[in-house]
Amino acid sequence: MRLHDFRGGVHPPSQKHLSAGRPIESLPLPSRLYIPLQQHAGAPALPVVAVGQQVGKGELLARAQGATSAPLHAPSSGRIAAIGEFTAPHASGLPLPTIILETDGEERWAERESLPDPFELSPEEVARRVGAAGIVGMGGANFPAAVKLSKARQAGVHTLVINGAECEPYVTCDDQLMRERAGEIADGIAIMLHALQASHAVVAIENNKPEAVEAMSDACRHDARIEVLSLPSRYPAGSAKQLIQLLTGLETPAGGRGTDTGLLVHNVGTAYAAHRALRHDRPLITRIVTVSGGAVPEPRNLEVPIGALAADLLAYCGGVSDERARLLMGGPMMGQPLPGPQVPVIKGTNGILALTPDEIGEASAPSPCIRCGRCVEACPMGLLPLELSKRARGEDWEGIQALGLNDCMSCGSCAYVCPSHIPLPQYFAYARDMLAAQRREEQKARRTRELMEQRQARFERQERAKAEAAAQRRAAKKPRTAVLEADED
Amino acid sequence: MNSNSLAGAPHAHDQDSVPRLMSAVLLAILPATLYGLVLFGWPALNLLVVTVLVGLACEAGCLWLAGRPIRSGIMDGSALLTGVLLALSLPPWAPWWIGAVGAGFAIVVGKQVFGGTGQNIFNPAMLARVMLLVSFPVEMTTWLEPHLWWSGTSPGLLEGWLITFGHSTATDGVTGATILGYARTELGMNHSLSQILPGHYQAGAAALGWTGGSLGETAEWLVLLGGLWLLWRRVITWYIPVGMLGAMLVLAGGFHLLDPQRFADPGLHLLSGGLMMGAFFIATDPVTSPISSLGQVVFGIGCGALVYIIRTWGGYPEGVAFAVVLMNAATPLIDHYIRPRAYGRTWSGKPRPVPARAKQPPPLARKSGVDSRD
Repeated sequence: MRLHDFRGGVHPPSQKHLSAGRPIESLPLPSRLYIPLQQHAGAPALPVVAVGQQVGKGELLARAQGATSAPLHAPSSGRIAAIGEFTAPHASGLPLPTIILETDGEERWAERESLPDPFELSPEEVARRVGAAGIVGMGGANFPAAVKLSKARQAGVHTLVINGAECEPYVTCDDQLMRERAGEIADGIAIMLHALQASHAVVAIENNKPEAVEAMSDACRHDARIEVLSLPSRYPAGSAKQLIQLLTGLETPAGGRGTDTGLLVHNVGTAYAAHRALRHDRPLITRIVTVSGGAVPEPRNLEVPIGALAADLLAYCGGVSDERARLLMGGPMMGQPLPGPQVPVIKGTNGILALTPDEIGEASAPSPCIRCGRCVEACPMGLLPLELSKRARGEDWEGIQALGLNDCMSCGSCAYVCPSHIPLPQYFAYARDMLAAQRREEQKARRTRELMEQRQARFERQERAKAEAAAQRRAAKKPRTAVLEADED
Repeated sequence: MNSNSLAGAPHAHDQDSVPRLMSAVLLAILPATLYGLVLFGWPALNLLVVTVLVGLACEAGCLWLAGRPIRSGIMDGSALLTGVLLALSLPPWAPWWIGAVGAGFAIVVGKQVFGGTGQNIFNPAMLARVMLLVSFPVEMTTWLEPHLWWSGTSPGLLEGWLITFGHSTATDGVTGATILGYARTELGMNHSLSQILPGHYQAGAAALGWTGGSLGETAEWLVLLGGLWLLWRRVITWYIPVGMLGAMLVLAGGFHLLDPQRFADPGLHLLSGGLMMGAFFIATDPVTSPISSLGQVVFGIGCGALVYIIRTWGGYPEGVAFAVVLMNAATPLIDHYIRPRAYGRTWSGKPRPVPARAKQPPPLARKSGVDSRD
């Protein structure tokens, strides 16, 4: 496959050497796990366990609710200590409904089914099992994988792209997963190809991970349908839209889906999870997390039960050595700042970083835009970030939509290069929130109007019915009242 | 943990800042500045100091009036750069008030009335130069032959002081027209270039900067060197300089081929006046040039073409300042019409359909072991 190019992008220092090549270690089991009910796109999961109940490892804790949702499973055996609210992995630090599991340290598995060969199953059944295992996009998008697989099969996708680009600095969890578990990933790819009924798969890896490229090439050698490709390292090569463009030169139409191009992008971690689910009946209860950053004394790649606290991970890696460090979930380009270390790891968490002020860059106050156009050159979506931010400042909500706010994917390339240190993505987030609030208001107004109209119609109907009933009554009484009526006239 | 913990992504930065960009530009122009001082002595230094100090004072005054932080406003370096660039574009022995009026005009009218850094429409230094040229044509076109600072012909400290601040004007013995001005006058008298140029223009001397001219614009090679360094440092991009010099090269080359007696060769145009300075240091001013790369190319071509048109058919022998200011005025228009195509959209902004070939799987590279790679 000939590689194409995508527009813009930036080259942040990769900093992957801090944790690259460090073998995956298992985090010692924490005494409590905090499992938020909402850790995927779509509706939150619905708890099916009661407080005080004993659960086995892998047992269903909460079931999917609605078409786009994902179930949750017990990452270890133990007792349900509480179902309440706990700090969400989000900058706001607002609480989210969470199941709190007190582990008993026995790691006792719930009963497992005996498994049929996944290739004997129908594609629908494979997708269903992927969904039942609670697998969501492991690259951070957290979109339920089964929904993607089913929709893509219906859309006639011919090529599955396995995203091992890992373009975020610091993060090495996918790199290490590919180095150590390439065979399992290759099997997961074959299973997903079956679920998709697609003919080809491409494993795309940035060329700063030669070991991963080699491991995956070895593992996929026997399967002629799978090609392993080394990509140039440029952020955001791992974004699905840019990845599709790199591989095919095609662009996902604005407002459309990636599958419109005939390609479906899934993360390597998702392929690994599919292998675990379909071959070993293991639901998604652990994931690989990179713990790194200048304020982490011993950066590591850890296999972590979902629901472990960032504090548990950091403690295992030597704590946080700089009290001014900024804690992040995810990479530095798109990661969420954490309100503190008491925040649980979720299915989409690829990194827990503690960055020193030096690494983040000088904390200079934003200065006026000098229209240098660097943001325009860096924007992979071909937008005009400086113009968008001006519209956001001026609260010109129509103008900002006309300039393509909805196309922005918040990759942060613009702010990375801005010499005036203008927090451009924050302006865009603000504009999105204001527009969402506006839409809610409009919806409310429309609903109110509808209700008013219905009420009016109901009254009219009632009046009419009354009048008709009266007329009928009159008609029924006609013989007796005819004289009266005649008198009235 | 810290008070910044709620700052949004990205949590990384390429570490560039406006003051850093400005200092890089100042550093890049330093060799040409020093060369100009060596060439034109004390009066040139006096003029440079006056222009810079008045510029900084006006900036501080405006910031104070507007109630904005003065320190950070001054420290971004943009006013300093404006002062330096203006001084470099002036005749080196111009009286002090030329520099003072120019710098005040550049900062107050050219920049601060629009709202300060980033808000101005015109390049402040070039706006001031145009104003000075139109208002004070005598002072602005009194050029002199180069005199090395340490040679006997260069004025001493006191004499230099008198030239800048007193009434002592440069004597005829040391003044002379620039090659652009001289050629223009002579061409007006229907002399051909082959009669005009010998004795007045040597390409080698012009390139080395051993000619009369503005304070910092004579040594083309030093300006070019500074410009290339800025390109290498990625402080500026190639779009505007290449567009501007390219347009000049094509136009001057084309007309020279048509009639070598009437139209000077492109070498003369590239090595004279403020073209090189304009291409790398003036037109590349980010505030007043377009934001998209294609827009910048168009802007550069416009600047180059206008310089040639003004030099060849206009009322002034040199046109860099006019060209840049005119194209500054066109920048909003360029930005309105020339925008990058957004991902997944057509040029008109509609969703871009996926071509039918996408329905076919792309051909896989043949694998070693399965088949040989082609």
